[in-house]
Amino acid sequence: MPKVSLFIPCFVDQLNPQVGMDVVRVLRRIGYEVDFPEAQTCCGQPAFNTGYWDEARPLAERFVRIFGSAEVVVSPSGSCTTMVKAYYPELLAGTPLHDDAVKLGERVYEFTQFLVKVAKVTDVGASFPHKVTFHDSCHGLRELHIKQEPRELLKNVRGLELVDLPYGEECCGFGGAFSVKYAMISAAMGDTKAGNIEKSGAEYVTAADPSCLMHIEGILRRKKSQARTIHVASILAQTAAAGEQASAAGAKR
Amino acid sequence: MSTAAQEFERKAAEKSADLVHRGIVRWNIDQYDTGVGRGKTRFADWEAARQRCHDIKWEGVNHLDKYLLQFEQKVKENGGHVFWAENGEEACKYICDVAARGGVKKVVKSKSMVSEEIHLATALEKIGVEVVETDLGEFIVQLRNEPPYHIVTPAMHLNRQQVSKLFHEKLGSAETQDPPELVAIARRWLRKDFFSAEMGISGANFIVADAGMVTITTNEGNGRLSTSVPRIHVALTGIEKVIPRLQDLAALWPTLATAGTGQPITCYNTLMGGARRAGEVDGPEEFHVVLVDNGRTELLADLEQREVLHCIRCGACINACPVFRNIGGHAYGVTYPGPIGSVLTPHLRGLPEYQHLSYASSLCGACTDVCPVHIDLHHHLLHNRRNAIHAGTHPGSERLAMKSFCWMMSSARRFRFFGWLGRLALRVVHALGLEGTALDPMRPWTKDRAMPAIPRQSFREMWRQQNGTH
Repeated sequence: MPKVSLFIPCFVDQLNPQVGMDVVRVLRRIGYEVDFPEAQTCCGQPAFNTGYWDEARPLAERFVRIFGSAEVVVSPSGSCTTMVKAYYPELLAGTPLHDDAVKLGERVYEFTQFLVKVAKVTDVGASFPHKVTFHDSCHGLRELHIKQEPRELLKNVRGLELVDLPYGEECCGFGGAFSVKYAMISAAMGDTKAGNIEKSGAEYVTAADPSCLMHIEGILRRKKSQARTIHVASILAQTAAAGEQASAAGAKR
Repeated sequence: MSTAAQEFERKAAEKSADLVHRGIVRWNIDQYDTGVGRGKTRFADWEAARQRCHDIKWEGVNHLDKYLLQFEQKVKENGGHVFWAENGEEACKYICDVAARGGVKKVVKSKSMVSEEIHLATALEKIGVEVVETDLGEFIVQLRNEPPYHIVTPAMHLNRQQVSKLFHEKLGSAETQDPPELVAIARRWLRKDFFSAEMGISGANFIVADAGMVTITTNEGNGRLSTSVPRIHVALTGIEKVIPRLQDLAALWPTLATAGTGQPITCYNTLMGGARRAGEVDGPEEFHVVLVDNGRTELLADLEQREVLHCIRCGACINACPVFRNIGGHAYGVTYPGPIGSVLTPHLRGLPEYQHLSYASSLCGACTDVCPVHIDLHHHLLHNRRNAIHAGTHPGSERLAMKSFCWMMSSARRFRFFGWLGRLALRVVHALGLEGTALDPMRPWTKDRAMPAIPRQSFREMWRQQNGTH
């Protein structure tokens, strides 16, 4: 059985554990053996993005050592995948682990990209009878060039109606530390995004990045919006029976 | 926190909450996006055009010494003057001296961001010279006593009703909602200035080394009038605008126009290489080019960020920026707003005072995506952040917090423990109903957003339960 190692970003581990479990379910369903290296913590992005590269470097080195022997690494976050794939080579330039980081980067994939590009699966047998719109998170879209992969997967979900999100490629305003450092700008961007989600008429907005979704959810709830957030892995994890349950749960609210 | 950073926070907060402003900017940028989308389809290969323009600018910027000297020599051969200004004061002094010598009472200006950068109008007004902005947008913001809101569309923040009201108040024209009529009012008003001014000042979109010419690109013809009617023409430009060959304009002009406004080519593209020669019927009697450094050679010396000098000031990154779309151009409080300004300003005005702009970005990368000369803008924002931390411009408490975070994350046991503790604390805050109140430690988040539901178990706990330990 082919094997993948899970990279569960620190905040997913602590705040969205179900997203991680849903990734496991989908990967197993399509025939992968899943491994979770428990020594992993944080990829270092919060420090790196705020300019603390010297502080972030040991975390990057740690990550490279922990995942060094992994065949393939899969993560449910486009942003944290970008950190490893796109930024580790620069952060570790001139250090002994630089070459290992470059090689590791070639084996690290965001979850939907892994499914479509590596596992060559676009139908994971999921069912989710709802109207859904997809938000392109920035790192996934612009650094990893993920655009069609999640859409192909979502189109093959039973009962799911995929609708366009106006200004779908515009940033939701999360931006890591930006969301608290310049909270007013972040919230204004989120407000614009929330308005567009409502305009799309979708019941759910989904994305391949839990951090964007956490921000969007926070804004939607403050606006008392009917629209809800759900990670793309959690949609793909729903099978027919579970899908009906979700629908029933949705109807109750 | 620097004064500029405080002022930025205040204005950004004000504009973020201003829904009317957000609506006007959105509407204007929607028009722009539609135009640019259409414009790009006119190119057989837009990506190839971007690459070509990048290569031209790379050649110019990486051989400034050669091309600027070539340019200077040609201009002098053609009877023009070239002045090398180390900084803004030198440039202003030179231009004021030329004005005083020529008995200049009035200057007509076509658009120049460098003139804003060095505060030229203020310097001229100080010696009693009247300065009239002739670009329509610049004319409008000058009447409002405001700096330009955007480097290409200086009055993007205003709608036609506001412009009509402004013209009515300042120029005494009848109120009208008709854009062509508003343009006609400005045109009639400015006409007398073009013909009474003794000096015209322009910027330069490009400095062409092999031809010894400067080019300006305008849509209103005001550039041509400003530079050919008055007795004296001064072209003011940053040294990075130099390009090697006249033929490079074949790629640069349409690319600049498309990225800037979506046009196939801008209405007026003018090349100027000297004063009026014997037998010619028009053109200025004196032609001066002021080459401004003002921090640019420092940037040239920075190999990592040198490519920032490739910028052709099209404004595409500004329009694409979701931060700009919410806070607008004035909140930045600098000459060049948006991503290019946030990257550039710390180099022009100092990192400690202006590093905050590099943090006022979600690093979404929309700017990099649209830059017609392939400047890696959002990565440069990241580099500015790193440089700011190295320069020690941030409070020690922040470094301590970051060091603590990294220490916590350098052991899975510590991560597990602090993660558990953190979730517990958040659940307590929630249970006590403190969420979003002044007592909420997560207030920077919860002021504008609801807290997510905090799970009892972490992923690793769930994983262990399901799969056992390894």
